[in-house]
Amino acid sequence: MSLLRIRNLSVDFATAGGAFRAVDKVDVDVAEGELMAIVGESGSGKSVSMLAAMGLLPWTATVTADEMSFDGTDLRRISGRQRRKLIGKEMSMIFQEPMSSLNPCFTVGFQIKEALRQHLDMDRKERHRRAVELLEMVGLPAPEKRLASFPHQLSGGMNQRVMIAMAIACKPRLLIADEPTTALDVTIQAQILDLLTDLQKETGMGLILITHDMGVVAETAERVCVHYAGQKVEDQKVEDLFTTPHHPYSAALLAALPERATERRLPTIPGVVPGQFDRPQGCLFSPRCKYANETCHKVEPPVQPDDLGRARCHYPLYSPLEKPAEEAHA
Amino acid sequence: MSETVVTATHLSRFYESGGGLFSKPQTVRALSEASFSIEAGKTLAVVGESGCGKSTLARLVTMIEEPTSGTLNIGGQEVTPDKWASLRDSVQIVFQDPYGSLNLRQRIGQILEEPLKINRPEMSAKERREKASEMMRLVGMRPEHYDRYPHMFSGGQRQRIAVARALMLEPKLLVLDEPVSALDLSIQSQILNLLLDLQERMHLAYLFISHDLSVVRHVADDVVVMYLGRPVETGPKEEVFSAPRHPYTKALLSATPKADPRNRSTRIKLEGELPSPMAIPEGCPFAPRCWKTQDRCRAERPELTGEPHPAACFFPEN
Repeated sequence: MSLLRIRNLSVDFATAGGAFRAVDKVDVDVAEGELMAIVGESGSGKSVSMLAAMGLLPWTATVTADEMSFDGTDLRRISGRQRRKLIGKEMSMIFQEPMSSLNPCFTVGFQIKEALRQHLDMDRKERHRRAVELLEMVGLPAPEKRLASFPHQLSGGMNQRVMIAMAIACKPRLLIADEPTTALDVTIQAQILDLLTDLQKETGMGLILITHDMGVVAETAERVCVHYAGQKVEDQKVEDLFTTPHHPYSAALLAALPERATERRLPTIPGVVPGQFDRPQGCLFSPRCKYANETCHKVEPPVQPDDLGRARCHYPLYSPLEKPAEEAHA
Repeated sequence: MSETVVTATHLSRFYESGGGLFSKPQTVRALSEASFSIEAGKTLAVVGESGCGKSTLARLVTMIEEPTSGTLNIGGQEVTPDKWASLRDSVQIVFQDPYGSLNLRQRIGQILEEPLKINRPEMSAKERREKASEMMRLVGMRPEHYDRYPHMFSGGQRQRIAVARALMLEPKLLVLDEPVSALDLSIQSQILNLLLDLQERMHLAYLFISHDLSVVRHVADDVVVMYLGRPVETGPKEEVFSAPRHPYTKALLSATPKADPRNRSTRIKLEGELPSPMAIPEGCPFAPRCWKTQDRCRAERPELTGEPHPAACFFPEN
């Protein structure tokens, strides 16, 4: 049974130039103890879809969904008070920029304890003990001393650990990590990724990892969703995605990785991601797709079955029936 | 046959920081004793984490700042501040952030012509325009883009404009400071291809600064790995990547995520974080985080030596 279940989620932003669709008919399923990655380029709606689930979008956003539930609770209908009880406790989120997500006016100890005070029935002493324990869990040296530090006194990697400590303070059942390592150096990134995956194994929580880095996906996730221009275009097991991507966009993205290059010139994806005013009619990827034909330009593609990676494509690659596409790919 | 475009010998740059009425200022050793040379048509990549002195190196090579000690030789001439103006023609730079490095109030044409206006005053307006159009074609922009403003372009196209601007004076050396790290993956490959094409066509030397090892592996001929302001290993790309000698290089390589889920290798876990550049440990700067540290590492600083390629370590791998 899935912990977070979202069906047909769309998010529209009211902008000066009219409505802009940031997320387009996305389905999400995360089970307890599962590690799912959402990968996509900037503007693909990966963060916005998760912010919608958390209820953290500004008033300019219109969220519509057929279903959006966390462990049976309908997230579309709950009151603000109920939501505040849920988020930060049962489901919590780590944000991308640790430096700007922490409040510079308060010590990190205060900020961690604030989460504990809001959600758990603990007295002062217990909260302090738990905060020290949390900082130990995330591997900060000298935790007692660190509790009295302000964010500007810590490095980026240390601040990110504080963010993680805050997010896991109330033992959430679902943790959403939005680009948790993008602002960090690779050796620190390795530490943080190991920390997150270890925590996930230990506590059995569901973990959604939002990233744009294919390497991070390959090394950590079990299942991966590829997003493009607000849509989920593919949803597969990690091993299968990297060997047999079914959507041409996933295939092209993997081919563009420098480490997969076989010659000096890298394969590229022509053009750019469609913006607010040049959204194509049929398939959103059709203007950049090398396999696209008339149908692709006119008709919106269906979502293929599970064994074809739920690809949103008329002619998925590596299909057992569709020989032409595979030949064209080879 | 190839000429050497730039040679740096023991290049160092220290900054003073803090210091009030009664306290002595501290010295930040941003870059210490970097030596390298780049030949025309070749790419030297500088890799390392934040604070390792990569950008300081770029500022010295582009003559934005003067080195504290050491010498820099560009196109056979020894660089001193009085020759900066004449030598800057031959070294140009492309910055990381294409959103911050272009003037929003200038049209693309103006942006491209400005270096010519300043450095080639004898050139007529018509010639300038021709040259700018030619350069736009070379970097894959269309002629109608000439009158547009930077905000009308995507990140990838802006980076093309930044490259075009840097090439207007026909430099011999292009310093690329994280040229693709602000770009999406599908755009990154376009810019990398463009850079490789231009290098072949114009026989440019590149100083390629990056923290992304998979990109470096693709573009570089030679690699310098830096840690806390010091080169710790340098050599041809194949050697450094396949047989790293310094433990830091090895850790860096193993920490870089590989896009191959079937081959999840165990990462070397480095303890702790980079020390502050104001308090660089005595002895080997990497000693506090290294798994091979012995007493000698804490006492003495290893020199950059050894075969087949030099590494600054007493107990090198391989």
